Parts: sequence; structure tokens; C-alpha cells
Amino acid sequence: MPPPDDHRHAHGDSHDHDHDHGQAPPSDMALRVKALESLLVEKGLVDPAALDAIIDTFEHKVGPRIGAAVVARAWSDPGFRQRLLADGTAAIAELGFGEGGEGRYLAAVENTPQVHNLVVCTLCSCYPWAVLGLPPVWYKSPPYRSRAVIDPRGVLAEFGLSLPDEVEVRVWDSTAEIRYLVVPERPAGTESWTEEALAALVTRDSMIGVGRALAPDAAA
Amino acid sequence: MNGAHDMGGMHGLGAIVPEADEPVFHAPWEARVHAMTGAAFRWGHWTVDKWRHQHEKIPGADYLRMSYYEKWATSLAELAVGAGLVTRAELGPAWPAIGGRETTPFLPAGAPAISPSFAVGDKVRTRNINPTGHTRLPRYARTREGVVTRLHGVHVLPDATAHGLADRRQPLYQVRFEAAELWGPAAPGRAAVHLDLWEDYLDRA
Repeated sequence: MPPPDDHRHAHGDSHDHDHDHGQAPPSDMALRVKALESLLVEKGLVDPAALDAIIDTFEHKVGPRIGAAVVARAWSDPGFRQRLLADGTAAIAELGFGEGGEGRYLAAVENTPQVHNLVVCTLCSCYPWAVLGLPPVWYKSPPYRSRAVIDPRGVLAEFGLSLPDEVEVRVWDSTAEIRYLVVPERPAGTESWTEEALAALVTRDSMIGVGRALAPDAAA
Repeated sequence: MNGAHDMGGMHGLGAIVPEADEPVFHAPWEARVHAMTGAAFRWGHWTVDKWRHQHEKIPGADYLRMSYYEKWATSLAELAVGAGLVTRAELGPAWPAIGGRETTPFLPAGAPAISPSFAVGDKVRTRNINPTGHTRLPRYARTREGVVTRLHGVHVLPDATAHGLADRRQPLYQVRFEAAELWGPAAPGRAAVHLDLWEDYLDRA
């Protein structure tokens, strides 16, 4: 993890940036948060070791590789694909995923040559933690949250995805407790691939809907 | 609440800037805030709806200025004070009060039915509500006509639980809105937005 001043997001001087995901919070956030934690520990409300365990879960145990395994299974097993699209919550439980927290209710939506799906939360930053881990900064940022619903084709084009006019774009503004997972199209030329190999083609962005799955020659 | 958080359809909020190989947390303090927030839900003093509404009470200019985890930290401090778990004096000058106003929930009279009033394929129209309290019916989708595409069963209405009121359980519907219905006939291309909406947000169209 880089030190706070060594990256371009959300710390220190960001006045020269035209993007907005929280410009220049006070440089003393580390100190303020330390004070808050010390107070909560002193009150017996939190245990630092328990916090370490939570952080370890989000840094190392959940993440997009879970969603990639779900998608690869759906690509490989037509019965699972059907169950996933009908009841995402039950289907990911079959694979042992989705316990607790964000993603208690999961719905999967499938891209086809005619339909492209895109997920957003305009009111905060709801995201399917259970299958994708924590969201990237851009997903939580005002530019994405504001534009995804009114200009989805423009947003997709900025991500390098220019869709023909005849493709319908379906935006899922996930403002209730249902979390949405996009099942991207399976790339051509992967007919004989194993589930494990297929999973390596499934990117986080493809499961949010701002990208496609990788082409077979890009996976190596 | 018609706050800065309800930004669907706004223009001029800047460019979307993806970051290559983004870390899960950008600084250790972000990870501590995330973990403390998660741990705090287990204290049982507030629900996720009340927590989300706390973010919305941050004055608009501050809401847009603060980073994601600065908002989380601010809400944690505010909720802990509100629940009587810590005092402002204990928090000290590093955590000043946010200066938000009290808000009032939107709750229609009468108990809603648990059994759904609408079925897949029914046309519905969203209500024209503008509560100062918490709601999950975004501004851009009010007074708009859509079609029910799925029933999600019965869910707790966040508009009530965000204010510490008794659970108000009611059907939740997935509703499809055509882009032209939301944004006018100039909306480009074939597009639709789906929202998951509670019974109290909807009338038959």
C-alpha cells in the first residue's frame, strides 16, 4: 500500500485535478481517525485486532475473483446459468459465496449481442461486495454516479466500449438492497476452456458493465 | 431528501477517472474507518439506512468536497455521539459537529399491504414525494411511468428505518423506465434504467 502522499487520489494536494472523488480532504485525516479509534477502543467499543481481521477480509479474501468464478461457472454450466439469472442469491450460495453484508440479495443480469447491462448506485455507492469486493473510487465518485443513468452510452464510450445503436443499454440503479452482477458475454474462441481458465478472462469492469471480458489472447 | 447525494442525471461533476491497479484502500486510515464502521453496525444502535441518511445530512458543499471514507468517518462520529456512546467533548476539536438539520421521514398514512398490489407487466407511476428525510426514490425517477419487471419479495422500507421508526415491511418491485420517459425524447439510443422501488413509492399508472 503506498503512503498517503504517494498516489493521485483523495489525499494531499489535488487541486490540479479536474476529477471529483473527494478533493483534498484535510491532510490530518490519519490523525483524526487515529483519535477516533483510540476513543472507541478506550470505551471498549472496538477491538483493534477485530478491525485488523475485517481489513484482512476486504484486502485478501473478497474481491472480483469470486464474481469471476461465478461467471465462469455460468458460462460452463447452462443449468447454473439459468439458476443464477433466476435467483442470484441462491445460485452464489451453491458455490459458498454471499454470506452476510452487502450482497445478501444478488441479481445477475446477462449481456447478449442485443443487450448491454451497466450497474450504478446514484444515491450512494451500493455495490455487490459479496462477489466483487469493495468498489473502485471511480464507481463511488459523483461523475460516474451522476452520468451513468442519463448518458450511459457516453460513459461506456469513455471506458472504450462503443456500442452500436441497435444494442439496448440497460442501466441498473441499485438503490435498494438488491445488488446487481453483470454476466459478460463469453469471448469467442474459448469453447474448450476450463472454468478456471475462463475465470481469468472475467474482469471486475466487465462485471460492473463498463468493459467486456478479455479476449483469449489477452489472458496470458 | 433532495440532497447533494441524489445526483443521478446531474451534469458538470467532472470526468470519470479510472485508476489502474487500484488498491483496496488508499491509506491505512481508510481501512481503519471501513473496519470501525463495519464493527459499529454490530453495536446495534443504528441500521444501514440510518447510516446512509447520516451521510446525506452532511451539508451539500461538504458532501461533495469530502472523500468517500472521510464521509464514512464523519458519519461514524456523528452517529456515535447521537447514540450517546461518545460525547463531543471526548471527540475533541478534530471532529466538529457537521451542522446538518433535523429531517422528517416520508410515511404515507395507513399500513401498506404485505401482499403485492402490482404484478410483472403492470404499468406504475412513481409518486411526487420530496421528503426532507431519507428516501430511496431518486429525484430523476419521480412522477415517471414504468413497467414492473420483477417482484423482489417483501423488504423493510428504508424511509422508516433510517429514522429509527418501526419496520415498515412492504413489497419491493423492479421497475423499468425507458430513457425517453426519464430524460425526454432526445435521449440517445435504445436505453432503459431499472430501479428497485417500494410499494409506498408507486401508484398504478
